[in-house]
Amino acid sequence: MNVASNGSSGNPEAPPLVGRPGQGANLVIRGARLFDPRTGLDATRDLVVREGEIAELAEPGGDPGVEGAEVVEAEGLLALPAFVDPHVHLRVPGQEHKEDLETGTRAAAAGGYCAVIAMANTSPPIDSAAVLGSVRERAQSEASVPIGFIATVTRAMAGEELTEMAELREAGAIGFSDDGLPIANARVLRRALQYQRLAGGVIALHEEDPDLSAGGVMHEGEASAVLGMAGIPSVSESTMIARDCSLALYEGARVQVQHLSARSSVEEIARAKAAGVQVTSEVTPHHLTLTEDAVRGLDARFKMNPPLRSEDDRAALLDGLRDGTIDCIATDHAPHAIEEKEVPFEEAAWGVTGLETAFAALHTLLVLPGALSLETLVERLTSGGEPFGIEAPRIEKGARANLALIDPALKWVVGEDGYESRSYNSCFADMELTGRVLMTVAAGRVAFRQRSFAMGVAG
Amino acid sequence: MKHLLGIEGLSREEVERILDRAESFAEVGKRDIKKVPTLRGRTIVSLFYESSTRTSSSFELAAKRLSADVVSIKSTGSSVDKGESLKDTISTLSAYDPAAIVIRSPHAGAAGLVAGWTEASVINAGDGKHEHPTQALLDVYTLKQRLGSLDGLKIWIVGDVLHSRVARSCLLAFRLMGAEVTLCGPPTLIPRGIEALGPRIAYDLDDLAGADVVYALRMQRERMSESFVPSLREYAARYQIDSRLLGPRQLLMHPGPVNRGVELAPEVIDSPQSLIATQVESGLVVRMAIIYELLTGRDRPSAESASPPYTSTIGQPA
Repeated sequence: MNVASNGSSGNPEAPPLVGRPGQGANLVIRGARLFDPRTGLDATRDLVVREGEIAELAEPGGDPGVEGAEVVEAEGLLALPAFVDPHVHLRVPGQEHKEDLETGTRAAAAGGYCAVIAMANTSPPIDSAAVLGSVRERAQSEASVPIGFIATVTRAMAGEELTEMAELREAGAIGFSDDGLPIANARVLRRALQYQRLAGGVIALHEEDPDLSAGGVMHEGEASAVLGMAGIPSVSESTMIARDCSLALYEGARVQVQHLSARSSVEEIARAKAAGVQVTSEVTPHHLTLTEDAVRGLDARFKMNPPLRSEDDRAALLDGLRDGTIDCIATDHAPHAIEEKEVPFEEAAWGVTGLETAFAALHTLLVLPGALSLETLVERLTSGGEPFGIEAPRIEKGARANLALIDPALKWVVGEDGYESRSYNSCFADMELTGRVLMTVAAGRVAFRQRSFAMGVAG
Repeated sequence: MKHLLGIEGLSREEVERILDRAESFAEVGKRDIKKVPTLRGRTIVSLFYESSTRTSSSFELAAKRLSADVVSIKSTGSSVDKGESLKDTISTLSAYDPAAIVIRSPHAGAAGLVAGWTEASVINAGDGKHEHPTQALLDVYTLKQRLGSLDGLKIWIVGDVLHSRVARSCLLAFRLMGAEVTLCGPPTLIPRGIEALGPRIAYDLDDLAGADVVYALRMQRERMSESFVPSLREYAARYQIDSRLLGPRQLLMHPGPVNRGVELAPEVIDSPQSLIATQVESGLVVRMAIIYELLTGRDRPSAESASPPYTSTIGQPA
């Protein structure tokens, strides 16, 4: 992946992502529609990848002439820059029964991703250079898609003392976050924002006022009232966003606000951006497509934090995504074992998987009905690394090949052929979606191909 | 009907069928031998994950009056205490091939989950703060016995609506049967979004005189420490139903157990307007009717099940 500047904060170079090393691929992808909103590319071309680099965007029908290259007959298929997910949980170390680096990156590749950013709420959390070093080392042998590892802001995610952020940054932390938990104490967050001037690294924030959300298991609204469940009010998110954006402005710090779920949150981000706060934000596919109606049946697959909210909230998130208030799409891929979900809703684990379904769900539920342009979808699926200083992949000559080859018309039922992820707590399970990733090239290497998708070798 | 998981989803016809059945069982209750052999040889498991006196005893007696074998399990002293999951507990109990499982759980949706894991009919005896459908049905039965119909009736449900499964089920059931429902309580204890179910909302008792029925909810003491209300004193001053408020033609109900002197003044509990004791009596026949409808109703054509099942065996010791 390309490495870009990390803005005005100290230690500007983003540390490299880490994955399994290997030879760059030699590929000829014939006759696909190449679509990259960043370069303005939208044309049918033969795409030539030589040793992992995009070597040629040739007029179709010519002889690209890469000896020994794999030839992909891709007529009718869509070739996109591969996606970057700023927010996944890979569960390493400590919860390998849910996911590990190999299954998690395989799931990412199956969803068309060429890079993911892994959160640090593991067991133990990634709060020291030793733990960070150990997961980075494992990624070198296990990750089929490069990973950027987040380190925690506070020791043990206790929200009290800062981690050794400068050392963690040198040891390769792509950014910092206590995701899973908010940093409730404003003084602690303020110190972290100040310390960013030394350590660098964006601070990604799970925004939730724990006093307002205490005991809540779903959105506070109609569904919670009818079901008699304690609710998580939307203001528990938006009031914290307002607080933290004020602090970021005061300290000149850079923050990424994670998984927006409410209209009031989108409004706070818009206000903060207008006021000059260095803030970026993300939204998940499930918050863009589902509402509190989904939890009426108390199926724990729909339990996540932040919760699915009202249709009005969903509409505001979609508007925010379209107008750029929300910068990128994050899956918040959160694998859980089946026994953690087959329990009463209140006791069930929080979170849903999402890597394998993100494109297909958004394509089916938003692009095809005309609620979101393919251009915006691709732009927001590929921009997830930018808040952390990772440039978005591009389809252009000379660039490292990061490609998602997609059949936009292929219908498939989620979960029918199983999952690449170790867990299958998908909120789109059993849904028929249109559009499927057939092949993914990540950092110049073929990271995934759909089993049924045959290829030839050029003579 | 295979399960009774909540009032939500029931039709008025289904409710009326249960009420009619309960009425016929009430006659049986007046006989010397109060037992019918309908469910002889069938097993009913009652699984209570929360403490309960009236609901669990009422279900147990109802099942026994129908001649079923009853296995009662309470969470304390059982494998539940040892950390067994609900799913594993149900699969263990399913080995007895029960015809019905009655479950009370602190978790909303527990009965619904169980229904997906067992062949037995599942009866929700209270799931978290979600629903308590048998309570609502016995309350409808009680009112119907007294007034004939709920159509156009004005019913006020007063108190801690937020934490009350009785309030949710009663709201649904009363409205289903044609009543107008007002929810009244401190704003901190009226859940945001409950308007979706169609009640009027009131924060004081100023218009209580317009009610035909006042249904008071239990006010739990721990709500004070969670600062839902500043003090029991302030709560009682604003929301307690006393003889000054309760008119002679208004009826008073309460799901029990009552906090004397908190939600109800002592003098109204035993007043002529009070239906509280009748509610408990109704509980038995309504639960018999529910068990009967679930376990026998679905196997028969509706015309046949409309005739009392025990006519041929009345008087025979079961």
